[in-house]
Amino acid sequence: MSETHAPEGRLDVIHDIGYRHYEGPRLGVGYATRSLYTSSLRGAFGLGRSGKSKILPMAMTAIMAVPALIIVAVSIYVKMGKLPVDYPQYLTNLQFVTAVFTAAQAPVLLSRDLRFMTVPLYFSRPLRSSDYVRAKYAAMVSAVFILTVLPMLIMWIGSMLGSMDFGYNTKHFAFGVVAAAFYSLVYAGLGLLIASLTPRRGFGVAAIIALFMVSAGVSGALREVMHVTGHQAASFWVAMLNPGFLIDSTVSWMFDLPLRGNVAQMPTTLGGVVFLAEIAVLAAGTFALLVRRYRKI
Amino acid sequence: MAVITTDHLTKRFPRVTALDHLSVEVQPGVVGLVGANGAGKSTLIKILLGLAPATEGTARVLGLDVATEGGAIRERVGYMPEHDCLPPDVSATEFVVHMARMSGLPATAARERTADILRHVGLYEERYRPIGTYSTGMKQRVKLAQALVHDPQLVLLDEPTNGLDPVGRDDMLELIRRVHREFGISVLVTSHLLGELERTCDHVVVIDGGKLLRSSSTADLTAATSLLAVEVTERQDDPAFDVNAALRARLTEAGLTVGADSGHVLLVELDGDEVYDVIRDAVAELGVGLVRLEQRRHHISEVFAAGAHGVDGADKAEEVAHV
Repeated sequence: MSETHAPEGRLDVIHDIGYRHYEGPRLGVGYATRSLYTSSLRGAFGLGRSGKSKILPMAMTAIMAVPALIIVAVSIYVKMGKLPVDYPQYLTNLQFVTAVFTAAQAPVLLSRDLRFMTVPLYFSRPLRSSDYVRAKYAAMVSAVFILTVLPMLIMWIGSMLGSMDFGYNTKHFAFGVVAAAFYSLVYAGLGLLIASLTPRRGFGVAAIIALFMVSAGVSGALREVMHVTGHQAASFWVAMLNPGFLIDSTVSWMFDLPLRGNVAQMPTTLGGVVFLAEIAVLAAGTFALLVRRYRKI
Repeated sequence: MAVITTDHLTKRFPRVTALDHLSVEVQPGVVGLVGANGAGKSTLIKILLGLAPATEGTARVLGLDVATEGGAIRERVGYMPEHDCLPPDVSATEFVVHMARMSGLPATAARERTADILRHVGLYEERYRPIGTYSTGMKQRVKLAQALVHDPQLVLLDEPTNGLDPVGRDDMLELIRRVHREFGISVLVTSHLLGELERTCDHVVVIDGGKLLRSSSTADLTAATSLLAVEVTERQDDPAFDVNAALRARLTEAGLTVGADSGHVLLVELDGDEVYDVIRDAVAELGVGLVRLEQRRHHISEVFAAGAHGVDGADKAEEVAHV
């Protein structure tokens, strides 16, 4: 600091640097939306936040990826020639982890801004409410996608290192990526929609977890009832009640993958089409409702 | 050029009319927007930012139409809300950088502008600490900083002194004056405290029930006509004699405008030095003692009192006022 012009003894010399106007570029709405997307995506994993807020998302990411590493290591070590778990199947097995991640992190993206009333500051800038929703939705979808694709990527790379069948693994990895995309859209959409309804993060977390658990319970119980009462053939429809079962059934039907006996019945063609439509409606519908939710603020 | 122009701006909600044919023109400078709670201040700010549509009428900010050019307005305008709006777990630097980028500033420029503006509002080492550890005064500075970080041409400050102690209040008012004087940024500042605006603003717009009560320069409001406060003793030999009424009659007869405050003090319009002589003579002729003879300024609050009692509020709202 060299305020040579400042009179001796003045304590406020630092002010004398003077106000400078900003003549540089203003990059507009698109840039602001992208910046919000990036910071929200980082925030979903606790990056750029306190150490405490990194614990849960990082733990979930690790829990998601470590079994894949073990599977790959063991398969290569004992020279299986084939991974013991199929790619989309892996996501089905670890559905609960994806649900916990969504429940914990969707409120991080929305409830904070509501609770601390930061939202009006965004909307007093060129951003419109739909841009805000778009950035947050894209960030959460990307976060769940990273979470779900990462272990499958480990498996695919492992299969290459273990000189397993390239064609088979690449094809089934692609099936897995489609499943990951479904999980991302549906889980992120439902999670954010619920999170947007409460400024209290705890309520958001509990409500989202409850949605996934209760719908799974109801869906499972109904299937049992249908089996017992002899409506086995039609029991695949109960998968519509739970996001995880829905995606699992849809992906199995689309790619004709073997079903685990306890998950669901393979859907009929009509069922598959309806399931696909439901995924589309869930993704688009939650987004539309979010846009509506933020229109009046 | 006017920074804000409204023309018969009206906003009706299902139950209330928040703004009622408000026509006002605000020139560059520090302009105070005064009104009791519920007078329509916040609704006006929302409309000016292009965030809520007007029911009737038009408004322009920096020459841009609020109905169609909201995005362009929000790029050039800063807004400091009345309520808390700061997340406690990030530092002032992180938060203001983020908000600068939300205004479209590239990452490097956002960091430079943030460092500059936090220094200008008086935040130094503490800017790296989480906002949750700040005092109310420091939080208000952060709120002001985020409104200024993108170098707007106009800032809208909603009750910026709310919750501050007297010293913090003075600091904030001085800061607001500097925003215009040193930064060259026009300011529209709302308050329900009139004394503050007298000291801070060049112009004052008074609204009540969504209508314009008055719009004129602070000098016009407070200094153009000074008042003389006159207080006299009672007659020792005749306590029942109403001295004030007698004095009032004499002064009115002499062509002076006389009012009264709540107590025993007469308020005489001071439009020349000869007024002093008239009062002295009148008091002497009545044979009473002069207790007080002092100059007073009009307070903006009198505008409110006049508006509340006057019946011409609606007429005033109709005329376009020039600030």
